[in-house]
Amino acid sequence: MAPPLFAFVLHQDGKVDDSALELVAAARKIFPDASPIAIVTGAGASLEAACRAAATSYREVWKFADDALAYPNAETIRPLLLKVLPKGCVLLLPHTTFGMDLGPGLSIKMDAAFVPDVVAIDGLDGMTITAVRQEFNGQASSHWACDISQGAVLSLRPGCFAPDESRSASGQVVDRSAEASGLSARRRFVELVPAEVGDVDITKADVLVSVGRGFGDKENLAIAEDLARAMGAVVSCSRPVVDAKWLDKGRQVGTSGKTVKPKVYLALGISGSFQHLGGLKGNPFIVAVNKNPKAPIFQVANVGVVADVLELVPALTERISKAK
Amino acid sequence: MEILVCVKRVPDPAENEIAVKADGSDIERDDLVYSVNEWDNYAVEEAIQIVERVGGSVTVVTVGTEDSEEVVRREMAMGANNGLMLVDPAFDGSDGRGLATILKAAARKGSYDLVLCGAQADDGAAQVGGMLAALLDWPYASVVNQIDTQDGQTIRVGREIEGGNQEISEITLPCVLSIQTGINEPRYVGIRGIRKVASVEIPVMNAAALGVDAATVGRAGARVQRLDYFVPPAGAGAEMLQGSANEIAGKLIDLLKAKGGLK
Repeated sequence: MAPPLFAFVLHQDGKVDDSALELVAAARKIFPDASPIAIVTGAGASLEAACRAAATSYREVWKFADDALAYPNAETIRPLLLKVLPKGCVLLLPHTTFGMDLGPGLSIKMDAAFVPDVVAIDGLDGMTITAVRQEFNGQASSHWACDISQGAVLSLRPGCFAPDESRSASGQVVDRSAEASGLSARRRFVELVPAEVGDVDITKADVLVSVGRGFGDKENLAIAEDLARAMGAVVSCSRPVVDAKWLDKGRQVGTSGKTVKPKVYLALGISGSFQHLGGLKGNPFIVAVNKNPKAPIFQVANVGVVADVLELVPALTERISKAK
Repeated sequence: MEILVCVKRVPDPAENEIAVKADGSDIERDDLVYSVNEWDNYAVEEAIQIVERVGGSVTVVTVGTEDSEEVVRREMAMGANNGLMLVDPAFDGSDGRGLATILKAAARKGSYDLVLCGAQADDGAAQVGGMLAALLDWPYASVVNQIDTQDGQTIRVGREIEGGNQEISEITLPCVLSIQTGINEPRYVGIRGIRKVASVEIPVMNAAALGVDAATVGRAGARVQRLDYFVPPAGAGAEMLQGSANEIAGKLIDLLKAKGGLK
C-alpha cells in the first residue's frame, strides 16, 4: 500500500514558489498516480492567495493560518507537522535554506528516513525509493536506497523536476488552522535584513566577466578587471570570492547572491556549483575557463577551455585591445 | 561559553579532480588531497572568536578513522583547546542519522552551551547539524552567517537565505548551529602553531566508551544507503577549444563578437 504523500509549499506575497509544481512532478516519479497533499502555512491574505494558487496543482491543500506562522520559521513549523502528519508518510520539501532548516531534524522527530538535495528519482521498488544525489560539488553522482517503511522526508533540489503543466487540479482547501494554535519555538524570528546593494548592479549587465576561486589571490583580479574593461563588460563573481572578501557581496551570482540574465557570461575559474548556476537565468551564451576538466561548469557552458585563467585571460585581453 | 565543533576530513574540492572507480564502488582516493571541510573550518574560527570575546573553551570532535587526527590537530593549532576522535569500525557506513547519533553521545559527555557544524561537507547533504539538534532536543538554525552573543541565555543569529537576504533570529541556549562560509576570515595556521600541538594527546572514543548501541549506527542502523557512485551521462556539454593561449583567444574573440559579448 502506498504511504500517504505530502508536499510542503513555500510562498511569498500570495504566490507559490516554483518548487510547488516541482514537488508534484517529483511525487509522480515515486508513484505515477501520486496526488500529494499540499501543506501551506502562514497568515493573512497572502496565505489565502497562496492556498488558492496551490489548489490549481494539488487536489487537496491543508491550510494552517496563525500569526505564529506569519514568517516561515522551521522551528515553529516542525512541531506543527509532527502533530498533523500521519505516521509513515512521505514528505517532500524543496532543498532551499528553509528545507535545510526543517528537513533533517523533522526526519529525526518523525523517526523517518531522510534523503537531502535529491536531483532525480529512479522510482519505487517495494518500500525502497532509489534517489540520485550529487557529491563533491557536482563532480560525482550517487544512487541512494531509501527505506520508506517507517516514512521518509526527501528534500528536492530546485530546478531538477520539470513541472507537468498539463496536469492541473481543481483542489479543495481544507482549513486546519485549529491545529496550529499555541505553537512556540526556542528560536524566534526577529527581522529580515535585505541584501546589500553593491556599487554596480550586475543584474542589469548584458555581458558579465565572472571570477571564481581559480584566480587564487585578490591581486589577480586586476586581470579580470582589465578584460572586462576591454570588453565593455561588468565583473561579477562566485561565492568563494565573496567569502574571501576579494569582492563585495553585491557582485555575487547565485542563489545566495544575485540572479542575473546576461546575454554573454564568462565563467573564469568558477567550478559551477548548482547554487551558482541557480543565479544564472535567461539562457546566456556561457564561456567557461577552468583548470579542472571535470568542473561541472563545462556541462552547462557553450564553449569551454581547460586552462589556467591567469594565463589565458591576459592573452584574451591583449588580443581584444589590439583589435580595437 | 563551552563550544563543541564537529569537523570532517574531506577531499578538498578545490584541489582535486574527482574520478569514479570503474566498478562504481567508490571514488579514486589514492591521489586525493585531504583537508578539513571548508565549512567546518569557518565554524572552528567562529567558536574561537566567541571564546576570545566571552571566555570558555572550544572542543573539536570528528567521527572518522585514525587519518582524521591530522584535521583535529590542525584545528587545535588554530586555537581550539581540546580535540576528540570518535573511531570505531561499527561507525562505517553510517547515514546522517547514525553520525548524529554518535555525535550526540559525544555532546552528552560534555557540558556544552553551543554546538557548531559546517553547513555542509563533501557529500553536500547539509543534514548532520539539524539531526543532532533534534536528537539533543535543542533548537537549531542552519546556514548561519552571523552570531552575536548576548546575555548567556540566548544568542542572536543571522541565517543567509535566498537572494543574499539575512534572516535574524534569537535562539535559546544550548543550541546547534550550522555555519555558512564567509561568516569570518579563518586564521592562517603556521608551522609554529602545528608544532605547538604536535605532541598533545587527543583522546579517542569508540562505541562502547560513548555508550552507543552499535546496531543504531553504521551500516546496521542506516535507513539510507549509497548504492554506488557514477558519472552522470554528459549532456551536450561545452564545445572544448584547444590550442595555444593565443589561438584560443582568437577563437573566443570571434565567438564573443558573434554573440554580442564585445562592445
